[in-house]
Amino acid sequence: MDFSTLIQVLDSTLRLATPLLLACLAGLFSERSGIFDIGLEAKMLISAFFSAAVAYTSGSVWLGLLAGVAASMVFAFIHGLASITFRGNQLISGVALNFLASGMTVLIAQSWFQQGGRTPSLIGGARFEGVELPFAIGPSDAAAAGRPLNEMLSEAGPLQLFYSELISGHSILVYIALAAVPATWWILFRTRFGLRLRAVGENPAAVDTAGISVVGLRYAAIGIVGILCGLAGAYLATGLQAGFVKDMTAGRGYIALAALIFAKWRPWHALGACLLFGLLQALALRTDVVETLFPFKMPVQLLDSLPYILTVVILAGFVGKAIPPRAGGQPYVKER
Amino acid sequence: MDVMPKWADVVLVPVVSLLLAMVISALVILGIGEDPWAALKLMVQGSFGSTYGWGYTLFYATNFIFTGLAFAVASHASMFNIGAEGQATLGGLGVALVCLALPWPHWALALPAAMVGGALFGAAWAFLPAWLAAKRGSHIVITTIMFNFIGAAVLNYMLVNVMRPAGSMDPASAKFPDGTNLPSLHDILAVVGIPFSKSAPANLAFIIALIACVVVWLLIWRTRFGFELRAYGKSESAAVYAGISPTKIIVVAMLISGGLAGMMAVNNVMGEAERLVLNSVEGAGFIGIAVALMGRNHPLGILLAAILFGFLYQGGAELALWMSIPRELIVVIQGLVILFTGALDNMVRMPIEKIFLAIRRSKQAAGE
Amino acid sequence: MKDLADTSGQPPGAAPNAPPAIELRGISKAFGPVQANKDISLSVAKGAIHGIIGENGAGKSTLMSILYGFYKADRGEILINGQVTQIPDSQAAIAAGIGMVFQHFKLVENFTVLENVVLGAEEGALLRTTMSNARKHLTEIAEEYEMNVDPDAVIEEIGVGQQQRVEILKSLYRNAEILILDEPTGVLTPAEADHLFRILRGLRDEGKTIILITHKLREIMDVTDTVSVMRRGEMTATVKTAETSPEELAELMVGRKVLLRVNKRPAQPGPTVLKVENLRVVDEDKVERLKGVSLEVRAGEILGIAGVAGNGQSELLNVLGGITRATGSVQINGQEIDLTGKHSDGRSRRKRGISHVPEDRQRAGLIMDFAAWENMVFGYQWDPALNTGWLMDNAGIKAETEGKMERFDVRPPNPQLAAKSFSGGNQQKIVLAREIERNPDLLLVGQPTRGVDIGAIEFIHQQIIDLRDAGKAILLVSVELDEIMGLSDRIAVMFDGQIMGERLPDETNEGELGLLMAGVTSGEGAR
Repeated sequence: MDFSTLIQVLDSTLRLATPLLLACLAGLFSERSGIFDIGLEAKMLISAFFSAAVAYTSGSVWLGLLAGVAASMVFAFIHGLASITFRGNQLISGVALNFLASGMTVLIAQSWFQQGGRTPSLIGGARFEGVELPFAIGPSDAAAAGRPLNEMLSEAGPLQLFYSELISGHSILVYIALAAVPATWWILFRTRFGLRLRAVGENPAAVDTAGISVVGLRYAAIGIVGILCGLAGAYLATGLQAGFVKDMTAGRGYIALAALIFAKWRPWHALGACLLFGLLQALALRTDVVETLFPFKMPVQLLDSLPYILTVVILAGFVGKAIPPRAGGQPYVKER
Repeated sequence: MDVMPKWADVVLVPVVSLLLAMVISALVILGIGEDPWAALKLMVQGSFGSTYGWGYTLFYATNFIFTGLAFAVASHASMFNIGAEGQATLGGLGVALVCLALPWPHWALALPAAMVGGALFGAAWAFLPAWLAAKRGSHIVITTIMFNFIGAAVLNYMLVNVMRPAGSMDPASAKFPDGTNLPSLHDILAVVGIPFSKSAPANLAFIIALIACVVVWLLIWRTRFGFELRAYGKSESAAVYAGISPTKIIVVAMLISGGLAGMMAVNNVMGEAERLVLNSVEGAGFIGIAVALMGRNHPLGILLAAILFGFLYQGGAELALWMSIPRELIVVIQGLVILFTGALDNMVRMPIEKIFLAIRRSKQAAGE
Repeated sequence: MKDLADTSGQPPGAAPNAPPAIELRGISKAFGPVQANKDISLSVAKGAIHGIIGENGAGKSTLMSILYGFYKADRGEILINGQVTQIPDSQAAIAAGIGMVFQHFKLVENFTVLENVVLGAEEGALLRTTMSNARKHLTEIAEEYEMNVDPDAVIEEIGVGQQQRVEILKSLYRNAEILILDEPTGVLTPAEADHLFRILRGLRDEGKTIILITHKLREIMDVTDTVSVMRRGEMTATVKTAETSPEELAELMVGRKVLLRVNKRPAQPGPTVLKVENLRVVDEDKVERLKGVSLEVRAGEILGIAGVAGNGQSELLNVLGGITRATGSVQINGQEIDLTGKHSDGRSRRKRGISHVPEDRQRAGLIMDFAAWENMVFGYQWDPALNTGWLMDNAGIKAETEGKMERFDVRPPNPQLAAKSFSGGNQQKIVLAREIERNPDLLLVGQPTRGVDIGAIEFIHQQIIDLRDAGKAILLVSVELDEIMGLSDRIAVMFDGQIMGERLPDETNEGELGLLMAGVTSGEGAR
């Protein structure tokens, strides 16, 4: 495998890790506040659809993003209603929302676009274009020079290639996702909100008796979940791909949860875990690269299943014992 | 002190939840520009209006009884087995391997073997998540979901690379020998002289599902193991105090659960398709969750809820055929039913409890 | 309400003619069909230590939770320093100068002391300045009231006594003028309790008002200035502590005359039933919980294990009951039993004639959602006598349950009722009926009367003594010294996973046992 192939694989690793990372951080806020959310999938999916649908209709990807986040927030709010206000089973609520999103998106897509449950392909301003960082070789340089981009990149030195292919040229949402990691760390460990959030996931009674609203804190966490999952879904449909297709999240919500456990609910570790899963997904797309890596023929089905298998291995705790927030999954009821 | 009489808990609350889910479904249908009343009429007509419709409704219901029982058994041990989809997929593989292994002379011989094959494969697919949950504390929800994805990949591999007959382009197994074909409900009812549609897929597996309901009821409420399983499900610390092994309960409950899900393949693979195809489970594993929640994890409730979902499934197919409403409507309804009967239970329950409390107070006041 | 004394007399720390620190008028609160508080009025003078005493379920905690804004009263009003004050939530209570130390501490276990103190009382949105200011302020308060704690210690790594101080500091940090303590001594050694009382007196002398909720008559007599008695949701009396007696308070609590002592004949010990040698337990966190415990219990005697909660008594019961694995040797009637292998579970123990009334009936002894008849065979469901072939003999079990419920006076005697529908005392009677009626060789019994009303306590004690008189061996674990002193024929004291010594009840006193419970053996100086 040569250097430029490596850069290409890492490039797609970063792209594929982005939705995982956003969802994983969403899960982090949720579980740190004591709410299990296996409905990350649902929020990403509903956001993916609405962002693509609105971006297509309006021609503006930013309006699409807004719609996606709003849809994700609505689903997050339903989960909050079920698990905070009505103290229902959080797992069941998550499962229900996953089905609801899976069915609703196709139903509405069919009703609006009649293309078999998908949105039309997004073009131009309806998609997130790559951001060209200064000094990077990007499509605009290629256009100015009148030469194909690939050709220009193949002539560039390793450092320039690294910078132009891997660091530059991603959608803005990729950079937002990366920035969200230190932001999450800072909020969690350096602010009053973070202190209270961590406390409510460990012992809500302590928070309640200290005169802080448990319900308010948890809804705040749910709101953050809505935003982050909304970004993740919008990136899937308008950045990574050009439009919505049925069940396009393909289990990413669950993989994000596995990454969260792997990361032991810590932001920087979440970044590492999501990059690892992103790498596996990137490799599954590059069977040619995999063939050079392994001496035997790898069945494509095995390659596709690798992220799922790794998730099971991680959950099996063979890579260290994970202790979740103590009040996780338990609705808060005042003791008599 | 219980606030509500038992009937309100068992019947009234689920029915109100179901009604809420139905109302929202109707709004969804309105929202996509169709007429919910016409849709409902079409669904009822299509699923109960003829023995053909009944045949499909009961065929789907059979699937859901198996997956609903599967979810319920695990649920009583407080295991959230969301992997019935994968377990039923592997069950299909087991049934297919049994059916293709021998030139079976008669279904009566093939059926028990296929049931064992399906149950074994389904149980095997539940074993690893169960063992990891018992021994390593792995989150059973996420592991079983992962096993659904991995199961789909296994089936894909088997059909494409191993079981596909030479020369066929279709990722499907060969057709099963005639000796494995189960009698249809048409054949069975003909014995007692009841006419029933010949082309509907309902078959002997429906009767097996009914028997499974009885067996599961006995298992859960009448045997020592059922007692221990329910005890563990209610309180792990108390179970350990009583000398009940959590590992044993978790693993055995999940094996039974996976086995029941796997046995579903007797209906859809052996009874209907008579060969193994990709995605033969068609989401029945997930519908089992809704069915079990709706049926309060009780076999009788599950039977009724399975027939209800059979109706939705068959009715939904009719909708897709005659109105421009995609089949995904069923997934929406399924999600709503799980949401209202499972997660938002208190939203329905609390007002009903208040009403009963008010009634009781006014009675007391009148009595004083 | 019966007023036995004029309580307007000024306590030591009070300002003359000041309005009462707290006045409650006509407070009522119902939980569904249960009336927890009925028309309660109470007045506590500023600078007093006021005790509230009553049985479990008398409504003490509910009343204080209303005062702390945890629940909203259905009727009535609260006056703080003479002002009518609305307390809809804990925030309002804190603002009104009320602090509360709950029976179960409300601390975040993996936070530091400082983080716990600051939580909810931060200065701004960012933590940096809050934390440095709080550290200074906390040190000042801790010095002022002699409550030294390390601000950077993590809660789960410090002892319960320290944790309780953190709770008090939390309130003081929020400038509480009124401090409510709910059953504060349950987890403390007698010496720690004395220290706590010194702190409370110090706070009173600074002019703070303190409300002490307890069911222990001795504490009321020791530390309070005035005391109120609650029974069945009502306030039955308020008296000056100096003008009353434990007997009078007990009678007011229960509504009839109570025997504060247990009547029993001298023991007639037979052969050794249980012989424990060098028992060791290491828990999941690699902490040694039992450090070589040896003891013997003979037929027809009660060995009481005294000690502060968390010193290995639970582990001892759990090893003998088959819940926890251990090393060492345990013999029943001279035969070794399995401590680590296949036959070390609860079922094997029961087959060897060991019955176990666990310390926590709600988490271990009962399945709260199961009916009484199911609970009556819980742990013995494998017994062939309870099964007919493959299936359990449900009809037979129900019939037998009726008899047992009658013999143990379980009310209401309805086998179909779920365990959670019974009161604490009746739940405990179900467990006792199940374990005693198996006619075991050895009965393990932990905290037999925790959360049980006084009437049921007498009955339960009598059942244990009757079993002893029937020639059975009994190992009793309790954190209530009175109970240990009253029931035991011999007393062993545990501290830090070890037996500190054995005493005969007639030849010892609470002071000596208290020192042993704190790990002080004779020869060393006190404290």
